[in-house]
Amino acid sequence: MFSILQTIWLTFLHLFHKAETVQYPEEKPYLAPRYRGRIVLTRDSDMNERCVACNLCAAACPVDCISLQATEDESGRRYAEFFRINFSRCIFCGFCEEACPTYAIQLIPDTEMGEYDRQNLVYEKEHLLISGQGKYHNYNFYKQAGVDMGVKGKGEGEMEEKPIDVKSLMP
Amino acid sequence: MTMVKIQIDGKQYEVKQGKNLLEAGLTLGIDIPHFCYHPAMGSVGACRLCAVKKFRDADDKQGRIVMSCLEPVTEGMIIETRDDTSKDFRASVVEGLMTNHPHDCPVCDEGGECHLQDMTVMTGHNYRHFDFKKRTHNNQYLGPFIAHEMNRCIQCYRCVRFYRDYAGGKDLNVFSSHNHVYFGRHEEGTLESEFSGNLVEVCPTGVFTDKTFHKHFTRKWDLSNAPSVCTGCSVGCNIIVSERYGSLRRVMNRYNGAVNGYFICDRGRFGYEFVNDEKRIRTIKIRHKKNDNQEEAENETLISLLKTELSKDKRIIGIGSPRASIESNFALSTLVGKENFYHGISKKEHLLTDTILNFMKQSSIRTPSLKQMEKADAVLVLGEDLVNTAPMVALALRQSTRNKSFETAEKNGIPSWNDAPLRELAQDEKSPLFVITSFKDSLDEIAENSIRESYDGIANLGFAMAGLLDTKAPSPSNLNKEHQNLAEKIATILKNAKNPLIVSGVHSGDERMVQAALNMAKALSSVNKNCMLSMVLPESNSMGLAMMPGKSLDDLASLEEIDTLVVLENDLYRRASEKSVNALFEKSKKVIVLDHLINKTTQRADLLLPAATFVEAEGTLVSHEGRAQRFYKALPDKEPVMESWRWIGEMIQAKEQKQEATWKRFDDLVASLTHELPVFDGLEKHMPDADFRMLNEKVPRQTLRYSGRTSMNAKVAVSETRITLDEDSPLTFSMEGQSEMPPSSLTPFYWTPGWNSVQALYGYLDEPNGSMKGGDPGIRLIEPAENDNTEYFKEMSSTSENHERELQIVPVYQIFGSEELSTKSPALAKRIKDPFIYLNPEDAKAVGVDDDELVHLEIDDNKLEIKVKIENSLPKGVVGMAKNFPEMPFVMLPGYGRFKKINS
Ligand code: SF4
Ligand code: SF4
Ligand code: SF4
Ligand code: SF4
Ligand code: FES
Repeated sequence: MFSILQTIWLTFLHLFHKAETVQYPEEKPYLAPRYRGRIVLTRDSDMNERCVACNLCAAACPVDCISLQATEDESGRRYAEFFRINFSRCIFCGFCEEACPTYAIQLIPDTEMGEYDRQNLVYEKEHLLISGQGKYHNYNFYKQAGVDMGVKGKGEGEMEEKPIDVKSLMP
Repeated sequence: MTMVKIQIDGKQYEVKQGKNLLEAGLTLGIDIPHFCYHPAMGSVGACRLCAVKKFRDADDKQGRIVMSCLEPVTEGMIIETRDDTSKDFRASVVEGLMTNHPHDCPVCDEGGECHLQDMTVMTGHNYRHFDFKKRTHNNQYLGPFIAHEMNRCIQCYRCVRFYRDYAGGKDLNVFSSHNHVYFGRHEEGTLESEFSGNLVEVCPTGVFTDKTFHKHFTRKWDLSNAPSVCTGCSVGCNIIVSERYGSLRRVMNRYNGAVNGYFICDRGRFGYEFVNDEKRIRTIKIRHKKNDNQEEAENETLISLLKTELSKDKRIIGIGSPRASIESNFALSTLVGKENFYHGISKKEHLLTDTILNFMKQSSIRTPSLKQMEKADAVLVLGEDLVNTAPMVALALRQSTRNKSFETAEKNGIPSWNDAPLRELAQDEKSPLFVITSFKDSLDEIAENSIRESYDGIANLGFAMAGLLDTKAPSPSNLNKEHQNLAEKIATILKNAKNPLIVSGVHSGDERMVQAALNMAKALSSVNKNCMLSMVLPESNSMGLAMMPGKSLDDLASLEEIDTLVVLENDLYRRASEKSVNALFEKSKKVIVLDHLINKTTQRADLLLPAATFVEAEGTLVSHEGRAQRFYKALPDKEPVMESWRWIGEMIQAKEQKQEATWKRFDDLVASLTHELPVFDGLEKHMPDADFRMLNEKVPRQTLRYSGRTSMNAKVAVSETRITLDEDSPLTFSMEGQSEMPPSSLTPFYWTPGWNSVQALYGYLDEPNGSMKGGDPGIRLIEPAENDNTEYFKEMSSTSENHERELQIVPVYQIFGSEELSTKSPALAKRIKDPFIYLNPEDAKAVGVDDDELVHLEIDDNKLEIKVKIENSLPKGVVGMAKNFPEMPFVMLPGYGRFKKINS
């Protein structure tokens, strides 16, 4: 009995609190940069696509809504031939961002994705790619990796020695 | 097999004596990390990862670290794999290897099925303490099959041990020293070994990866797989075929302890790309009037046409194919009736295959599996260029020559898995192998004697040896002294061997040679009961086709007129002369062809039906051993492409004006097959049918990690479609189902907890390099008879005397080039040589040509211009000619021809 009265009293007190509700869409709430909203694909500092088509995001995705295919350009640089996210399935868990070894895939604080037609929620690479680095700057996977995929030569990476001359007898 | 008791991690186990601790552990399902040990190649102790702790006795509290791969199991042995010292030791081995390892996994084709990744996780190394720079290596171009990324190497030496020691390759080696060691070629260039593709699976890292797979790269977890059988030759190696986004992505080895074990050849691995060919026949095409063009048509038009063309009053002839499954061939034979069913192979091939099959059925000699061939201790190869006609047989024979060294090693107390000391001790000691062929052979280098002879000479030697072994066997009288001595030597060695083996085949196209081989086997078995005989056949289902009643292609010549001719997956222009095939088509009022790729035969079709390839259908092939093995779909149907047997089912339905389908499911077809032809009984009895379930569930083709299901088709339609149902097999196009240890013949991929790479296979085997759990896939349909009912062939006179002024031309098969479908695969096509003839230097001089020059060749009705290769190994008067190459006209070989130099 007492608890019921207490509840009524507390609810009554709320009449005098400041309202939490904002007048969306006229008024927009603050979403922190780390907010998990719409997913984008970013570019590296040279404005090349960051995604190396490693498929890790797709594997991490619990609802399996990411699919892509790897391909490479003339210099051997690997990238995604197509990259698709079915946002009608996405649960914005952010696992893909966590799995991504290149900072390519990022969730941003944008939630305004409502559509009348579900088909419009299927985003292809051209819809996902932004022309910037997103939240994480100055990371270029190909400069860290050991491969020569047209971005840097063998042994030109940040923590690499010059390639070995196999025929040399020097220690 | 004696067992010993050992204790691992406090538990008691019984393990086979003579094994090493690593093998024993892996057999028991204990995860012991390792890199350099490979079940087929033994241990060398190079990587130091397999460290475990061994205790002297129960009182020993300290123990010492030993390499489990070099430690024979002994009675009462006490082992710890999980104590801190050995765990730290292993983690630091990986840490050491990682100091130079590149940051490549996201772009590394090995990622997700990388043994190094697995071992890193398994050992627990996860933090890099090394702050200095990484050493790097330049890569090499290694040809169209294999990509090279040397930075990823962990110096386990598996690659060179496979390539050089196991497969006899010459052009891959290790260079330089200390942390500079480099695995590659002395200079850039194509890897020459016919087995180079196995490096992809043997290398535990991403140094050697599949270049054809890279073009449409997919992670292992994203592939949808099916157990399959290679259609490259008559050996019938087991393979895994994998699909993604509707195209075939790659072929990997599928383990079969009795057949191919851990390896397959490059034709099998890289010859798959034709399936994805843009020029595949994917629509129904109809030519309404003679001389019109073929036009695309709808199914309804086709059905109404079939009803008229196949009506009961018509004379319908069916031509089967040795590259189509037993079931498809049987379906055709049902449509046209047994008496109108033709095998679609030349009279000679028909005769030779039949001779062999009858011999196999009636004789008491065993046709060995590849595994048994490896155990042979004396081998005779008669007239087959095995590395090009049955590559994996050549690889098995290579292993057989090591048996003697195993014996010597055993006497010296070295177990057969201890590879390095064993090879050191053996040096050049080899079990005897004799290669009697017409030109150089890849096995020459390990053969005790390589004999180069004309076909007549080879057959004479065979007959002579038979005569020496059994006086009842006919024997030629005119053998020269040298050959007489040789024949005596070989006969004696085979007679005294424990498991002698004779390998020959039909690729020579020479009846005398086949008879000589069979006589020899019979004679040998009269003095040595253990003798084995393996006869190599031309194509993947040559044996299955031979087991079915049917006539040869040449027998069609006698027919006056054909109303409707149905050709099943067969390019007749590769089987008979252009003239005779043209004549056949001209006397046929309507021609129906079922095939995958456009060829000269499909161009003659009035009704052309898109037939599913071996990765889009299910079916059974019988290998030259007589082993029936089933392949399953990896790619779901893409209308209107259908399995040939289904098309033919529709034809029967149309012919008989029936409402219901002839065979609703594949199993119905198998049931009528076994009912009609009891030789195939085993297929129904021993192969899991479509209703087979494990715990009420089907076997999934996809892994549990399979990604993108709700997205891959979303571009077309956002709502997910239902999975394609597969009513013809116990497999499902889904990740749902029972994936844990299906029967060996249904295993679509290998994965066990902690093991994502191909080494996951350990969990599927009764022991490393042993059999699949529950028995190896496939059923042997032909077993040796209890009582030998064979008779010796009378020695025929040779045919060469009538051809004095001409040279005898014998066929030269090539692993890349002589098999029809694989040549349509772009990567493999790059390895095909230009058509050539081999000329002996003297004969070349007589014609007046040099290496690489063109000559005119007249043979039968053909006039060709062809490039000359001087080949010292050929006996004088014998010419070798590339056989079955794309774009080459059919020539019946062996034959006789004339040469003329082309004056430029
Ligand atoms: S994880 Fe990152 S790099 Fe890899 S495919 Fe996804 S977005 Fe591309
Ligand atoms: S070899 Fe294995 S560990 Fe090394 S980069 Fe490739 S996937 Fe990663
Ligand atoms: S290339 Fe591969 S197989 Fe060869 S030593 Fe290096 S890691 Fe081992
Ligand atoms: S040996 Fe024959 S069956 Fe085996 S992989 Fe090679 S081509 Fe295929
Ligand atoms: S596996 Fe034992 S040392 Fe490499």
